[in-house]
Amino acid sequence: MKNKVLIGNGQGFWGDSILGPIRLLREGPLDYLTLDYLAEVTMSIMQKLRQRDPNAGYATDFVTLIDRVLPELLEKGTRVIANAGGVNPHACKDALLEVCRKHGATGVKIAVVDGDDILSDLDRMIGGGEEFNNLDTGAPIGDVRSRITSANVYLGAFPIAEALAGGAQIVVTGRGTDPGLVLGPLIHEFNWGPEDWHKLAAGTVAGHIVECGAQCSGGNFTDWRAIPNLSMVGYPVLEVEPSGDFCVTKHEGTGGLVSVETVTHQLAYEMGNPERYLTPDVIADFTSFRLKADGENRVLVQDTRGLPPTDTFKVSMSYSDGWKSVGQLTISGPDALAKARLCAKIVWDRLAYDDCEYSEEERLEEYVGAGECHAGLPGGTSDSPAEVVLRLGVKGPDRAKVARFGPELVPLVTSGPPGVTGFAGGRPKAQEIIGYWPALMSKHLIQPTVTVVES
Amino acid sequence: MPTVPLHRIAQARSGDKGEGSNVGILARSEAAYTFLAETLTEACVQDFLKEINFGGVTRYLAPNMRVLNFLLEDSLGGGGSASLKTDAQGKTHGIGLLRLEMDVPSAVLDATPPPPA
Repeated sequence: MKNKVLIGNGQGFWGDSILGPIRLLREGPLDYLTLDYLAEVTMSIMQKLRQRDPNAGYATDFVTLIDRVLPELLEKGTRVIANAGGVNPHACKDALLEVCRKHGATGVKIAVVDGDDILSDLDRMIGGGEEFNNLDTGAPIGDVRSRITSANVYLGAFPIAEALAGGAQIVVTGRGTDPGLVLGPLIHEFNWGPEDWHKLAAGTVAGHIVECGAQCSGGNFTDWRAIPNLSMVGYPVLEVEPSGDFCVTKHEGTGGLVSVETVTHQLAYEMGNPERYLTPDVIADFTSFRLKADGENRVLVQDTRGLPPTDTFKVSMSYSDGWKSVGQLTISGPDALAKARLCAKIVWDRLAYDDCEYSEEERLEEYVGAGECHAGLPGGTSDSPAEVVLRLGVKGPDRAKVARFGPELVPLVTSGPPGVTGFAGGRPKAQEIIGYWPALMSKHLIQPTVTVVES
Repeated sequence: MPTVPLHRIAQARSGDKGEGSNVGILARSEAAYTFLAETLTEACVQDFLKEINFGGVTRYLAPNMRVLNFLLEDSLGGGGSASLKTDAQGKTHGIGLLRLEMDVPSAVLDATPPPPA
């Protein structure tokens, strides 16, 4: 057994910089590279792509990345775990096999973890007594059943460990917990069992700290002036011991900062009840561990405690929830704010003339530059901004009514007050709103599947 | 007692949480944590962010990290992809709360290093 495992996370979300993982591989030692591509709405977008093309529905950025780094990956022997599979992990695997062929790389083992997609089983499960009430509101699934477009269970980390035990160098998963990408290799390396709750909790905390990439190493930090060289920010690296205690660090010479404060920033991110951080594998207690500086850019996290997990899986569903359209114009001074307010009134008046009226809940006016982000806060607003970005938006169930809004924005350039510009991008279009429906379901109905293939 | 912005004695990180957001307030010292656990109440945050959050506020404490975690119930204009707002994910709510002016005992200020200039 290794006495220390090095895990770096190079991707915080689909859209994060490709330089994160490239530099993690290039700039220092690494046993495992993890990559997080999935957010709640991502699954629904991928489901839609797959409807149009049976070979689509996964994070194509991941395939692009592997194409760029495969020789380095093979040379260093770094193993990769990515939830890039989306709703079509086998298509993602096939695309990776194609990349291996292109590079002439044979014998590369690629694993797929799936079994998280329950969309086609949903009615059967509802018929069998699963309720799928909305976890936040308690509303019954019947409210949205006919409009559901994706349904995925957050799988735990043990199937990832199984894939690694099967010799996989690259593990592609569908929906799983974000910290599971880190916990999986730790279970594999240190042979942690399902009842090693404190260790599983420690691995979960470790995964949470790095899951948003540079957000724990100096990105989005309150005292931003104190962060050196954010351009070349180092993505986080974990050094984990068999006990579960670990150190958060980054490769030497990289920018950014790893301190107790930067790590605590990320620990507080998306936090609910800190005593009960729920995953399928364990309940981690975020009030249990100790944080300690251990020299430059090194933070120790010790003595994490955990509790047995619940008997349910969390399910993330998305459903079609109407339409929205948002557009913006820039209005220069003098009197930028007053002119912007007039512009908004003109748009609503003209739409009303054409029998298109939106309720207060269905429309939005924002005066960016006059104090939107910090509305009502001291120092957060201005009565006389030099210029204003006017953002107008509408939403509702009727697509045609939402779409009618866009064409009335740009005419303000010639038929409104002076100094209206910034209409690049053309008419705003109606976009579908993807609703999010979290729910719980019985664990015993789900059987994760691990498949290992070789290039 | 000197009046200072919360920023003087704390840091913040915020993000989306369903149809609301969470604001983690990180005290810059033990003294600041003890003071904030006493004074930075749910009611205080609710009132200060009344033009940003239209639902309730729940507070959790994590003394091991000197963190006070506030869940704002309705602060994203619907949340997720339903929101029309610029800050649909509550990314700016944390540094917004740091604008809160508080009367802080001199002893707490003396024990708390200020943010870098």
